[in-house]
Amino acid sequence: MTTYVTQFGSLDSYDKGGIEIINDDPKHFVFSNIFEVANGAKPYEKVAVAKNTKYVIEAVRTEGTSGWRSCAHDEFVTVLDGEVKVELVKLDTPAVPADKEGSVALTGEPVGQPMGHLVLRRGHQGLLPANSAYRFVADRPGVLFQQTIQGDDTIERWAEICLS
Amino acid sequence: MTITDVQSTPPNEQGYRAFILGGFHFRRDEFFVHISWPTGKHVASIDAFLRALQRDVAWDFFYGTVNFDHVFGTVNHYGTVDMFAGRFNDAYRRAELDHTENFETPVIRETFKAMLADWTNASFDPFASPAETAKPFGNKDGDNLEAVTRRRISASRMVGVPSDEQIRTDESGFPVNRMFADVPQDEPEVHANPGFESEVAAFNLFAYLSRSDVTWNPSVVSVCKDSLYCPTTEEYILPIVHGNDRVEWFLQLSDEIIWDVQDRDTGAPRAKVTMKAGDVAAMPADIRHQGYSPKRSMLLVWENGDPALPERISKGLENVYPVEF
Ligand SMILES: [Fe+2]
Repeated sequence: MTTYVTQFGSLDSYDKGGIEIINDDPKHFVFSNIFEVANGAKPYEKVAVAKNTKYVIEAVRTEGTSGWRSCAHDEFVTVLDGEVKVELVKLDTPAVPADKEGSVALTGEPVGQPMGHLVLRRGHQGLLPANSAYRFVADRPGVLFQQTIQGDDTIERWAEICLS
Repeated sequence: MTITDVQSTPPNEQGYRAFILGGFHFRRDEFFVHISWPTGKHVASIDAFLRALQRDVAWDFFYGTVNFDHVFGTVNHYGTVDMFAGRFNDAYRRAELDHTENFETPVIRETFKAMLADWTNASFDPFASPAETAKPFGNKDGDNLEAVTRRRISASRMVGVPSDEQIRTDESGFPVNRMFADVPQDEPEVHANPGFESEVAAFNLFAYLSRSDVTWNPSVVSVCKDSLYCPTTEEYILPIVHGNDRVEWFLQLSDEIIWDVQDRDTGAPRAKVTMKAGDVAAMPADIRHQGYSPKRSMLLVWENGDPALPERISKGLENVYPVEF
């Protein structure tokens, strides 16, 4: 019987595909690799790797302790490499106006009730509930990607990360 | 709309009913589907046809165009559906042999469901990898209603959140697939303080996907307004050629898929995109694409479900390319 090996990537080891053009422009495919992006990013920078109108997927290098953030809508994080602890606090008063989209950085410690925490490893997806405060803690460098809406701190560096 | 509204004939020599919808006529024999319409006819392998029909039915005509092959398919107008022959084929268009009819969605949905149910034999599962199911050929031999009417999984917030779609387990009938035997099955640590059990939530997406019993079937696992994560497991060939009516994104989670990308309207080749674990790529709104997955792989299909998008794109209010740089 064949033994199959499932190929996942990591910060240290990934293999990038590519585009063979027949009659097109490679820029149209906005092709990047999350591990490569995270290798070139500072801890907890939110680098857009996919964008559809206002919606984005951000690649995040998890390393050390992040600042606290909050968002008026649900967001989701999926870990591709490493281990990250997600701390959650129910804010006494929402930090973000209800109609504001994307997450914002909070100053200082969040004021509210501790909701609990998640410990996420490769392949795990967690909910960042609307109007909570959240922060990430990672002992070693890792990678996650975040389902959210473009916010003030979303970084767009397409020309640097995409095939052209 | 009830099944009695579906127009069909008594079984033919091979035991299969023929179906009529508007000017289109469908019949199957041991090996083929035969489709005819006022300006022409088409023959295709029943294997490929049933796999495509299964997706079109299960996805309720999906986003944009579902090309069964280079001739036949459907275009979703979200309330009505176009059924066409030759419409996205340059030669048919030039010869003016293309044909399109528009149907209320329930009418075409019920006809397709009845055809899929009647033409799928007991040992064939159109959603399964061809390595994991019997062949669809031969005379009528029972049915496989359980397979062709699988419930469409669609989370409203996230898989694993209480009262939402739940994770897959051996006990719930979803063993780990043979090609994902090495995928870790550990669940995340979820420490919810009392009162926050519905908000502190996480699940193992890779384990969830390793237990999928179907291929090429994007289904929603998390929702951020119109942003929908629709991951799926892929093996062999995408049974349809998907024509976009909006930008769609792929994030390759494991292994490798090769995409043939063609012009949406003519089918002229534009590019070949090879995606490996960690690669992210857009499929522009003016293309069609078909994927090839040499080993069962995990693909995150990312959709924007905003119902206003197709019209905004066709009016030029949104670019067919998601990012300018
Ligand atoms: Fe697609």
